[in-house]
Amino acid sequence: MSSASRRMVVLLLLGIACKEKPAGEASAPSGGALIGAALSLTGAAAVYGAQQRAGIQAAAEEIAQGGGPKLQVLIEDDGSTKEQGITVFQKFINRDKVSAILGPTLSNTASAADPLAQQAQVPVLGISNTAATGITDIGNYIWRDSLTEAQVIPGAFKKAREKLGFKSAGVLYGNDDVFTKAGYDVMRKTLADQGIKVLDTQTFAKPDRDFHAQLTALIGVKPDVVVVSALADNAAAIVSQARQLGWSGPILGGNGFNSPAFIKNAGAAAEGVMVGTSWNSLSQEPANQKFLEAMKKRGVNPDQFSAQAFTGVQILAEAIKRAGGKTGREEIEKGLGLVKDLDTPLGKFSFTPSRDAQHDPSVQQVKDGKFQIVQ
Amino acid sequence: MGQQALNGVFVGSIYALFAVGYTLVFGVLDILNLAHQAVFMLAAFAALLLVADAHLPLWAAMPLAVLFAGLLGILLERLAFRPLRGRADSNISGLISSLAMGTVFEAIALQIFGPDTSRFPHGTFPDRLIRIGGASASLLQLCIIAISVVLMALLTLLLARTRLGRQIRAVAESPRAARILGVNVDRVIAAAFFISSSLGGAAGVLFALAFNSISPDVGRSVELKGLAVIILGGMGSIPGAVIAGFALGLIEVFTVAGFGSSYRDAVSFAVLFVVLLARPRGLLGQAAAREA
Repeated sequence: MSSASRRMVVLLLLGIACKEKPAGEASAPSGGALIGAALSLTGAAAVYGAQQRAGIQAAAEEIAQGGGPKLQVLIEDDGSTKEQGITVFQKFINRDKVSAILGPTLSNTASAADPLAQQAQVPVLGISNTAATGITDIGNYIWRDSLTEAQVIPGAFKKAREKLGFKSAGVLYGNDDVFTKAGYDVMRKTLADQGIKVLDTQTFAKPDRDFHAQLTALIGVKPDVVVVSALADNAAAIVSQARQLGWSGPILGGNGFNSPAFIKNAGAAAEGVMVGTSWNSLSQEPANQKFLEAMKKRGVNPDQFSAQAFTGVQILAEAIKRAGGKTGREEIEKGLGLVKDLDTPLGKFSFTPSRDAQHDPSVQQVKDGKFQIVQ
Repeated sequence: MGQQALNGVFVGSIYALFAVGYTLVFGVLDILNLAHQAVFMLAAFAALLLVADAHLPLWAAMPLAVLFAGLLGILLERLAFRPLRGRADSNISGLISSLAMGTVFEAIALQIFGPDTSRFPHGTFPDRLIRIGGASASLLQLCIIAISVVLMALLTLLLARTRLGRQIRAVAESPRAARILGVNVDRVIAAAFFISSSLGGAAGVLFALAFNSISPDVGRSVELKGLAVIILGGMGSIPGAVIAGFALGLIEVFTVAGFGSSYRDAVSFAVLFVVLLARPRGLLGQAAAREA
């Protein structure tokens, strides 16, 4: 039994109420469009959920002050699980009757919850779903502002190869999660396309803490580079244990590494790790500077996830504007189709015909305990 | 090969330490204490608080955290098990009430520490690599193996040689007979819980140190493994749990090395299945004579 289903059994058996959080936190003034945000505030993806909440709240405030359309955002915890994500979506759609939904954090959850919104014809804007397939192809009401791994990884690997010049790789990925598995699929294809030989592939599961066995096997085949697709918490442990086992070669990460929490937790072991990113923290564009300032005011260390969340709220506001200020589900859906070249922290933002994000990715590397953009 | 064997012994020592506490309570009460993994987790947090906030050195923090875990065990016994004792269905209701206590403990940890992973401050334990043959191990890993083995040896001695150990064994055999012979059964059961939870807590602290990662759900990753270990070793058998703990650690590691990590749990549980077919009571399980 997986830990998730186990937890469900426990909750069902006992009907424990004591760990419930207060139902929803509202931000921004009341009235206007009601937006639901399903974020992973607890569970394996909690480090991202906290960042997303900060980004959403900052953007809603910014837009209200700038005289944009009024947005009331209801934030609920999807618990990083499919089950809770579905519950939250049902609440948003049927009880709160929201005009649009932001989230959920993980592709895994989105693949299960988004079909409910599609069926009820409620527009969903994913702000961190990066699985290449199974998200926006659910239907025409599902959009996202996050680049897929397929859009980020090939460029990142090419750049890393220019810098490091590797010919063979050992791969480690989480095989019990849509997001890390999808990241792996793209990595495997990219490595094959670029003619890099994969000497060994190992897997792990989200609750794992010990990666010594997998890493020993990988290091044993002596690859030029270790490639990892993992969520931030696992990523930090994997990198620390790899260094402990004597691996001093380069490590390339998937999108899960894109969090300050990864560097904080891995400490010195994180130095030199390279990862593709859809947010260029150094961008001097006014939209990005505004975002950085808003996060500084909140005392939050910004990352790709808060930038994408911030952008998500901006896009919804733009969609409402394009729909002539109307906030119905249908109007927002139509408005989303009209969003084009919007100035956001991610750069000039448009949707592709398949409702995926379109903007330029970057590559970053950990140096002196910080992500730095590789020029 | 040497490195993988070392990896296996290392995880195995933690599995074994976790499982001996689990199996001790089962041996005495015939009840699975499903809150054992929550005690494991809370002890790790207690050690973290003592080191990070009270600035105690590790050698002082660890025994205190273990003591705290033992006291939690007594609390657990009072709240979740004693009120139900003597009822006809106390096996199942005890299982459920311990599950409830485990959930409550986890919820408390979630409220206090939040869902994020917490870590010991840098330098809590000296970072030193030691090379043995072709394998490398950190000083911490070797200490963990040593501490686990010493604690398990102490438990075996306690059960075999001391008055308390004899009483625990008597209660495990038959609580009624033990009571007739003048044993204070409630006190002995409380003591068994104290010892069991202390060992579970010690495993928690060592696990947290080894992987420098503590979160309210950290116990889940060893819970099922622990259950597999005590079934494999024979329910209630301490030496069985020790052997099965190391065996499971080694099986896991060599499955990863030989077949790939996707097969790890499949092979571990297939071995469990085959052993149970051949020996339904586990490796060192007792025959069910006294229940007849």
